[in-house]
Amino acid sequence: MYTVYSFVTGPLAWIAFIIFIAGSITRFAMLYSLARKKDGVVFQYMSLKFALRSILHWIIPFGATNMRKNPAMTIVTFLFHICLLLVPIFLFAHIVLWSENFSVSWISLPDWTADFMTLVVLGSCIFFFARRLVLDQVKYLTTWVDFAILIIVAAPFFTGFWAYHQWAGSDVMTIVHIVSGELMLAIIPFTKLFHMFLFPFTRGYIGSEFGAVRMAKDW
Amino acid sequence: MTESKGVENMEIKDEGIIKGIEQLSPDKIERVIQNVLKNETGARLKTYVDTCVHCGLCSEGCHYYLSRDKDPRFSPAGKVKQTMWEIMRKKGRVSPEFIRNAAIVAYTQCNLCKRCAMYCPFGIDIAYVISVMRRICHKLGVVPLYIQDTAHSHSVSFNQMWVKDDEWVDTLMWQEEEAQDEMENLRIPIDKEGANTLYSVIGPEPKYRAHLIYQAAVIMNAAGEDWTMPASPGWDNSDMCMFTGDLEMMERLKRKHFETAADLKVKRIVMGECGHAFRSVYDMGNRALGWKMPPIEVVHAIEYYHELFSRDRIKIKHKLDTPVTFHDPCNIVRGRGLHEMARSVVKATCKNFIEMTPNREHNYCCGAGGGVINCGPPFKDQRVESSKIKAEQLFAAKAEGAEIVIAPCHNCHGGLEDIIHHYGVDMELKFLGDIISELVELPE
Repeated sequence: MYTVYSFVTGPLAWIAFIIFIAGSITRFAMLYSLARKKDGVVFQYMSLKFALRSILHWIIPFGATNMRKNPAMTIVTFLFHICLLLVPIFLFAHIVLWSENFSVSWISLPDWTADFMTLVVLGSCIFFFARRLVLDQVKYLTTWVDFAILIIVAAPFFTGFWAYHQWAGSDVMTIVHIVSGELMLAIIPFTKLFHMFLFPFTRGYIGSEFGAVRMAKDW
Repeated sequence: MTESKGVENMEIKDEGIIKGIEQLSPDKIERVIQNVLKNETGARLKTYVDTCVHCGLCSEGCHYYLSRDKDPRFSPAGKVKQTMWEIMRKKGRVSPEFIRNAAIVAYTQCNLCKRCAMYCPFGIDIAYVISVMRRICHKLGVVPLYIQDTAHSHSVSFNQMWVKDDEWVDTLMWQEEEAQDEMENLRIPIDKEGANTLYSVIGPEPKYRAHLIYQAAVIMNAAGEDWTMPASPGWDNSDMCMFTGDLEMMERLKRKHFETAADLKVKRIVMGECGHAFRSVYDMGNRALGWKMPPIEVVHAIEYYHELFSRDRIKIKHKLDTPVTFHDPCNIVRGRGLHEMARSVVKATCKNFIEMTPNREHNYCCGAGGGVINCGPPFKDQRVESSKIKAEQLFAAKAEGAEIVIAPCHNCHGGLEDIIHHYGVDMELKFLGDIISELVELPE
């Protein structure tokens, strides 16, 4: 068990991080060079002021009309994204690992808070899953990949919660937790999860078009 | 009310599409698509298609979806699914049958109104993605017959309606003569070099709505404008080629239009109350020619009227009593933010103004724009059917007392006219120019 543990926290973790970072940089570089060649228009019309104006309206809860039309989705989406980002970075158990291996540390979330936030992530995933099954307009667009991504995102939180509470088989769960977390990280550059990096650009561009050329709001 | 067949069971019989499909083979389709994807698209299309997380939130943005009982096939992303997703996933290896449906979706089930861009959390420009689909259909020769006919007219005559050169000048002189009954010294100056303002209109004006030229002449003369209209091709600012996907022809049209203005050494172009032509001159055509913004200032009629009122260049005899509501056309509101100026013109001319809801950037489309109405009779029933939400919006404004709908756009007029007739809304439809020319104080 210990060998498996040191493998998944050692080489496999390195591989996952390298795939995530190098993959993201490569995908980004490829898109950028393609845009330079083919989408001159994007560079011409991109405006920092209007890009930020649009991004701001869309990262503030209920800052856009459509968010007000779908209050449940808005609340769940915001909570989900906040918890999804904060928990892995500020979880005490994770910081301990950073501290042991690289002698760096930062403030951590109280365990009970992280625990609650984990449940928020899992609850949100169930909400998104149900949405894909129930709402016609979402069902029509959904493919098996969308479900798979949801499961991959939920997995590290589910297994982490299990391991933290030391339920039956928590040793194995810890290994599954680490592997699933690494899997999620590694698929980011190759799946729709990459939207985390593209959001500022797609939003920023339409914000620039609407703001600087069309002189209209886009929220 | 007009008879309307059930849309679901209605087989679309469009000769342009049927004949176009007959010429296709999977190899040809793949070759053309590869060519468009490789040479004409790039990171933007890829990012849009790859970033969409299939959340369905764009649905609320689309009047087709809202009007068609929330049928997911009519949601913005649902339409992309039936067109570009599949094409990009299969790298162009799709069947002629697929192209048949994709052409119907792209040309007749999306007005390219860009409302959904305001509903997608990522700001994905779905109208752009649908335009790429239209471009592919154009290159495959699968375009609805009626709109293709207008594109042919553009390429032969540089106007949309097969108006002959002598007929054009004749129409101007005819309208000048008509208007002189009302205003003795009125002139429509033709080809006046060095005039301040070039006034350009769309092809359907001389063809079907010549009185609009009369009205513009009255307003220009009342304002003492130093203006002119061109005698030769280049007078038509409209552009159906932009909507069929014939981008080369779109460039030729816009070049002709700008060059006509440059040849006459005018300072600016003022254009009539048209939305799509404004999109073509201000947004699409200029870009295709390499101009970030139009090479000559382009002023939409709303801006022009606003200028006339705010600078006291015209006065009106009295305000219109009948309660009015205002329809915000996509191309000049989401396309140019003219909604507040428009309201100020409405308030300068009408006593009772009633907002319809939603309004401004969020207004529902007329269902006619983006070339959809130009696809003609084969698609009329489904177009009107897809505007149920617009009819409801109009009924609500009517319930508040509005009797007139003001729509400063030709396509919107076409679309709203059909909606008003089909759903029995019973409201009058007007251009701003209709109201201003009637109420304007004429100089002694």
